[in-house]
Amino acid sequence: MTPAVIDDTTLYAVLAPFAAAVVAPVLTRWFKHNAAWPLAIVPALIFAHFAGFIGPVSHGETFVASRAWAPSYGVNFSVYVDGLSTLFALLISGIGTFIILYAGGYLKGHPQQGRFFSFLFMFMGAMLGLVLCNNLISLFIFWELTSITSFLLIGFDHLRSASRRAALQALVVTGGGGLALLAGFIVIISATGEIEMSTLLASPDIIKDSGLYLPIFLLVLGGAFTKSAQFPFHFWLPNAMEAPTPVSAFLHSATMVKGGVYLLMRMHPLLGDTALWMTVLPVFGGITLLVGTFLAVRQTDLKLMLAYTTVASLGLLVMLTGTSHEKALEGAVLYLLAHSLFKGALFMIAGTIDHEAGTRDITKLGGLRSAMPITFAAACLASLSMAGLPPFIGFIAKEVLYYGTWGWPEMGLAVTVTAVVGNALMLVIAAAVAIKPFFGPRIETPKAAHEGPLLLFAGPVVLSVTGLGLALIAHTTGELFVGPTLSSLLGEFTQVDLHLLPTSFNAPLILSLITVALGALLFTQLDRLRNLFAGVLTAIGWGPDKGFDQFVAGIVGFSAWLTRWLQNGKMRTYMVYTFGFTALAVLLPGYLTGSYPAIPKMPDYRFYEWGIFLIAVLGLVAVLIARTRLTAIVSLGIQGFAVALFFMMFGAPDLSFTQFMVETLSVVILALVMTRLNLSPRDHRPLPATLLTGAVAAGVGLGLTLTMLAITQQPFDSRLSDFFAQFSRTVAHGRNIVNVIIVDFRGVDTLGEIAVVVLAGLCVLALIRVRTKPDRPAETPPTTTLDAQATEAS
Amino acid sequence: MRTIIFRTIAPYLTSLMVLFSVFVLLRGHNDPGGGFIGGLIAASALAIFGIACGVASVRRAMVFHPMTVSGFGLFMAALAGTLSFFQSEAYMTSQWLIFHMFDVEIPLSTPLVFDIGVYLVVVGAIGSIALALEERESD
Repeated sequence: MTPAVIDDTTLYAVLAPFAAAVVAPVLTRWFKHNAAWPLAIVPALIFAHFAGFIGPVSHGETFVASRAWAPSYGVNFSVYVDGLSTLFALLISGIGTFIILYAGGYLKGHPQQGRFFSFLFMFMGAMLGLVLCNNLISLFIFWELTSITSFLLIGFDHLRSASRRAALQALVVTGGGGLALLAGFIVIISATGEIEMSTLLASPDIIKDSGLYLPIFLLVLGGAFTKSAQFPFHFWLPNAMEAPTPVSAFLHSATMVKGGVYLLMRMHPLLGDTALWMTVLPVFGGITLLVGTFLAVRQTDLKLMLAYTTVASLGLLVMLTGTSHEKALEGAVLYLLAHSLFKGALFMIAGTIDHEAGTRDITKLGGLRSAMPITFAAACLASLSMAGLPPFIGFIAKEVLYYGTWGWPEMGLAVTVTAVVGNALMLVIAAAVAIKPFFGPRIETPKAAHEGPLLLFAGPVVLSVTGLGLALIAHTTGELFVGPTLSSLLGEFTQVDLHLLPTSFNAPLILSLITVALGALLFTQLDRLRNLFAGVLTAIGWGPDKGFDQFVAGIVGFSAWLTRWLQNGKMRTYMVYTFGFTALAVLLPGYLTGSYPAIPKMPDYRFYEWGIFLIAVLGLVAVLIARTRLTAIVSLGIQGFAVALFFMMFGAPDLSFTQFMVETLSVVILALVMTRLNLSPRDHRPLPATLLTGAVAAGVGLGLTLTMLAITQQPFDSRLSDFFAQFSRTVAHGRNIVNVIIVDFRGVDTLGEIAVVVLAGLCVLALIRVRTKPDRPAETPPTTTLDAQATEAS
Repeated sequence: MRTIIFRTIAPYLTSLMVLFSVFVLLRGHNDPGGGFIGGLIAASALAIFGIACGVASVRRAMVFHPMTVSGFGLFMAALAGTLSFFQSEAYMTSQWLIFHMFDVEIPLSTPLVFDIGVYLVVVGAIGSIALALEERESD
């Protein structure tokens, strides 16, 4: 079914948050934290816009809209609306609405609240672009935008070094993965010739048949795994908890970290259902699930517990996506929906507790249920969904995913066991988050806890109630959200039939019961478990987080070493490198292609031409045998003058004139530099160094000669010459074509040139004025700029 | 270098060279020459004068710091291009004003102004390099 073209409203919906980001600081200045109310209208409207797609999409329709962005590269700002992108867009804008409200309450009175709103909106726009973009390159741009905005948000509290480090770490990991993704996209584009996702999806086997499946798979995985914090890249997500809680709730549970999962789901018809896919994804997803839950149990900080379970949930999603089994994929979609709702709510609840009680440590919290009844109710609803108990959407998701893993023919048992263990531990965390702070005796907290304002509890309540509501109307949920999304994953229209209550006493129900029993058992032993896991971790000692620091230190050390090696402050080293590379650049292509220019036969020179040629050669010989430096400099001038004479004889008087002046000034200035630097009058280099520089000089000379010969043997394109010859006199009133070009036809070029001359003058002046330290030889002024200018002027 | 002969001849030589450089600059549109070459000649003149009579006297003679001259030249060249705006034409479109004085045709044009800018840039930049190199550490 080909996508229908729609108007540009959806494109504007993606850009709307960026506009809101501009307005946010102003509104915040006027209305203080209450600016959240008008600002939340923007995501609410976006939500309404995408809600309009629910009906048509559930009938299997898809839509595209497109605007040219950089048409010469085939880059368009285009959107593709189907089940998957609609679900994500609804999650982003819907949860985003409440996050904005929550941020209004959470950062009340913060001096930089306006900036915070701005960053949140920028992120929202980037995320919407990520899930809606149809064009691979613009998708990548939005992908990296989410990394950059998340950097700004994590590092919002930039005075603390911990948040700076966390921000940098998230940026390096996710940004680096993004670059791998770009490479993957470029390989896809060059292998298939397609740049739009919708056209790729129209012929699903195009990548598998291209012969480049493996590199594409690995590069796309590099992007997805870093973004979705899969083992071994999981460490950045818990560290990102340095961010203010609204950020954690929005980016690190509901949206951004799902970006990787989104990409895997989006590419599933193209990359999935292969042996490689069904090995790598379940293995890494499974490891992530176990590692995440394992690390979560160890924590006592509410936010960190939730962060590690988020890592685990992402692992579960990747594992399910990796099965390529229809029922398991359905479980993945359901779980994605459930997870966004309960985890967003729980993060906000953790933030509210922190905000009102002054601590997030569950060992220091207790008996808050009477003080914060609304928050407590929301926490219960969300936790029950997270624990996977009926009648919540989390329960349905778990049933379906067990059904899928149990029925998966390849590695069903292993995956199922992993899922059961992970879910049991997840239940433990859910219980800990809901029970520890609210039940038991009242523990004195740093602040006298009481219920937060409407801005703070609106989000958790709505999200957790939605998790209940969607489960109560299970059939409709399946029809409107899960079915269309699953259709995107499978690449064909599918309808699902969901029930809240299990229809029969089957394997999934038994597995669920096992999960609950195991979870309850482990919860009673929570403190013991925590100590055990902490002990294990201490025994291991080294983790990817520490590895990251070592990696960064290694890079810094390497660059310092490289700088010492490349830029050692010796002029000669720089000259050898520069000219050595120049020689390689002009010689290598000819050598590699084996195409050398033909050596032209010597024409009949007149005797005076031979004479000038002889003078040039004599000048060079004089340079080589000169005893003192000054003699060498002057001899170099001789050769220059001879060349200037050649220019004169072959009809380039301007060039020749310039060459004379440049040679004269070069000799004068070089001589002055000599006296200035107090160099010894003789050259004391050891023979090997002299031979090396000689070889480099010979290489450059040979290379340039060959280049010149090759250029002159090309057929001459006289279009420009004809143009200038024709119009120089008539339009520009000048007979000297060279000069007319310089000051008139290409005047702006010359303006750039003389700006360079001014800058070069300033730089040389600065270099001369620098007090030379005794241990570092001073640089000589780059007289090459003069020569460069002279050749430019020809 | 500071022989009595050289010191006596240097001011005349310098004046002649500067004069010649202006001549080369102005004739550049139709004959070999132009701002760049003129500037180089004038810069050599300054260097020679500096070698003969010391940098201080050159700086006195120039009134402005050479780098100031250079910057002004860049400004002038950029400004020359803006005159075309008054004719609603693109930046750097040449404007010509040709009038007659004593039966001689005198063409004035924005490329000429531009070229004078180039000349000043080169004189200033190269001159300041040369002078700075000639200066001893003391001043």
